[in-house]
Amino acid sequence: MAEAEAVLAERGKQSLPSFRNAAGFRVEDVPVVEPGALRRAAVDACLAGDRIVALLGLPDAGGLEVLLVLADDAAVALRVLRTRVAAGSALPSLASELPQAQAFERELHEQHGALIVGHPALEPLRQHPGVAGGSNGAGGSEAHRFFQVKGASVHEVAVGPVHAGIIEPGHFRFQCHGEEVLSLEIRLGYQHRGAEALLLESSPARRLVIAESIAGDTAVGHALAYCTAMESLAGAEAPVAAAAIRGILLELERVANHIGDLGALAGDVAYLPAASYFGRLRGNFLNLLMELSGNRYGRGLLLPGGVRRGLDDSTRAAFLDRIARDEAELEAVADLMFDAASVLARFERTGFVSEATARELGLVGVVARASGVARDVRHDHPAGVFVSAELPVAVAKTGDVMARALVRRLEVRRSLAFVKQQLRALPARALATRALATEVGAAAPGRMVVALVEGWRGEIAHVAVTDARGHLRAYKIVDPSFHNWFGLGVALRNNPISDFPLCNKSFNLSYAGHDL
Amino acid sequence: MLSPSRCDEGCRECADACPTQAIVAPPLRLDLGACLFCGICEDACPTGAVRFTNDHRLSVRRREELVLSDEEIVLAKGLDARMQRLFGRSLKLRQVSAGGCNGCEAELVALGNVVFDLGRFGIQFVASPRHADGIVVTGPVTRNMESALRATYAAVPAPKLVIAVGACAVSGGPFAGSPAISGVPSDIPVDLYVPGCPPHPLTVLDGLLRLLGRMESR
Repeated sequence: MAEAEAVLAERGKQSLPSFRNAAGFRVEDVPVVEPGALRRAAVDACLAGDRIVALLGLPDAGGLEVLLVLADDAAVALRVLRTRVAAGSALPSLASELPQAQAFERELHEQHGALIVGHPALEPLRQHPGVAGGSNGAGGSEAHRFFQVKGASVHEVAVGPVHAGIIEPGHFRFQCHGEEVLSLEIRLGYQHRGAEALLLESSPARRLVIAESIAGDTAVGHALAYCTAMESLAGAEAPVAAAAIRGILLELERVANHIGDLGALAGDVAYLPAASYFGRLRGNFLNLLMELSGNRYGRGLLLPGGVRRGLDDSTRAAFLDRIARDEAELEAVADLMFDAASVLARFERTGFVSEATARELGLVGVVARASGVARDVRHDHPAGVFVSAELPVAVAKTGDVMARALVRRLEVRRSLAFVKQQLRALPARALATRALATEVGAAAPGRMVVALVEGWRGEIAHVAVTDARGHLRAYKIVDPSFHNWFGLGVALRNNPISDFPLCNKSFNLSYAGHDL
Repeated sequence: MLSPSRCDEGCRECADACPTQAIVAPPLRLDLGACLFCGICEDACPTGAVRFTNDHRLSVRRREELVLSDEEIVLAKGLDARMQRLFGRSLKLRQVSAGGCNGCEAELVALGNVVFDLGRFGIQFVASPRHADGIVVTGPVTRNMESALRATYAAVPAPKLVIAVGACAVSGGPFAGSPAISGVPSDIPVDLYVPGCPPHPLTVLDGLLRLLGRMESR
């Protein structure tokens, strides 16, 4: 341990072994350092441009092993570090200097009882007071202490968990001065189903459906991360034909959701033509997903090793026709919407998140790209079909609702171009309606893998670790919303509270994905 | 569609393959309430004893009516005359997502779009339980949502309806058995069960119209 630390101190992050997305490695190759050294390495790396992908705890006899996964996007590298604390010992907080660590540390504290010293707000993450059966089985006893502003004309507004529309539950606590939001604090956990714990004790068939159900609108993204992780642990790789179909499915999922979001944003500013058209057009893409997989959300097509079936040639031809037709209509409707003065008046300068804030908070996905942060797993850590196919990364600069809408529009265009290209170039083997999958054997012992997927909201990370017998010892799921919820709170500052629904829809984060 | 007569003696390929133990054999029996409609059992079956069709009509009034062998499903019959008079032409519903992954929620949102147009049947989702005639529950009911679900149900003026949409609300779905979920409380009576993962908007629509007595039994 001392040797690793000495080298680390002298040569910095370059001395850390680097790993790659979806490529399994031996746990013993991950350097072990003292908690203080881990903290210093993390702070140094993140101040130099790295970001935290995952932080997870692995309990062992007498203590807790903590694994930190950092991404160095420029170097296409993942750096992993380990530390260990004995039961009752404390970890110095990363969040005190790296806000992007705040939720991870709250999770570590809640799931494993880790003592974290110096965290600015070690509030419960998913536990609710007096409710048993949570992340670590014990009932949460601490009530969430909300940040409060005091003064004349200051009032507090509480919304949720049950919301006015058809939407998942969460609690939003505003501190307002007149109409202006001074602070928005978001408290989640209502959707906590115990997915990680359940996954560890489930059969492989059940694990796959749990993965698909982490966030039902991201069934493909999470299933892909899960399947990739399982394949890597066993040293298997899905065939090229399956990788192409997985890519098509992932991008169709992205398109369907982005169209839905554009429609919802239009609805929120009362621009009903776009809301109506996009509502119908989204269904057209869900129907493509249904024809490929049997389910409007793409469930049931992916499995470890590949996909359950390909598509026949007539389906491929039909898809190309339908996409071409819908593409034209999408462009026309988007033009209408982005030309409407009433829409622009609501979208522009609303819910601003600066590039600096986006980096500091470790935001990912559409929200990050709309604030000028060009991070995209398909580009930065390509795996599967994205190793050979390139989608230009969609970036906007203004960091407002307008930018987040624009990035979605651009991504629809680019994803459809990709889907058409993939359909045209499908290998003959993919044009079969039987399963396209390699055999996935047993997972190797003492292995670890970080499987990253650019889900439609942003980076999905599944981190899997096997024990000495090759069984899953830990499975950490990080939905992109886990990184981004805090960003929504910041985005509302100094905005009128009446713009909250619009800002919320411009982020459109997953409650279930966060709560697991 | 189940054809137990086609099963090989002692065969349990479907049961072994099912991710939620919705299907058991022998003898062949499928609980549509736990079924995710993934089709793995159909692929695993060597004799074609299990087949999934395009029939979207799946909703029932009682939980046990979702457990099938080779009989035809007893599709939901309408509410009694008094309830049909009250709600038959105007039904306002409050949606409560209690651990739903957003799949069922998204399909319920789709019901309101120009394609499915729920509003033309006089059915709409409202923003408050005080404005509602009933609640539509999605999700396996997490422990963290139990009190909010109860409070919402209590706030709906009587007479009121409860509709459970999706495998999670009906049986826990992929999360059945998790200590973090508790299911729809037994003292909240459910009037309509809509299976699926998620159920297609047409399946939900068919169920709602049957409940209101607006679909002849076909």
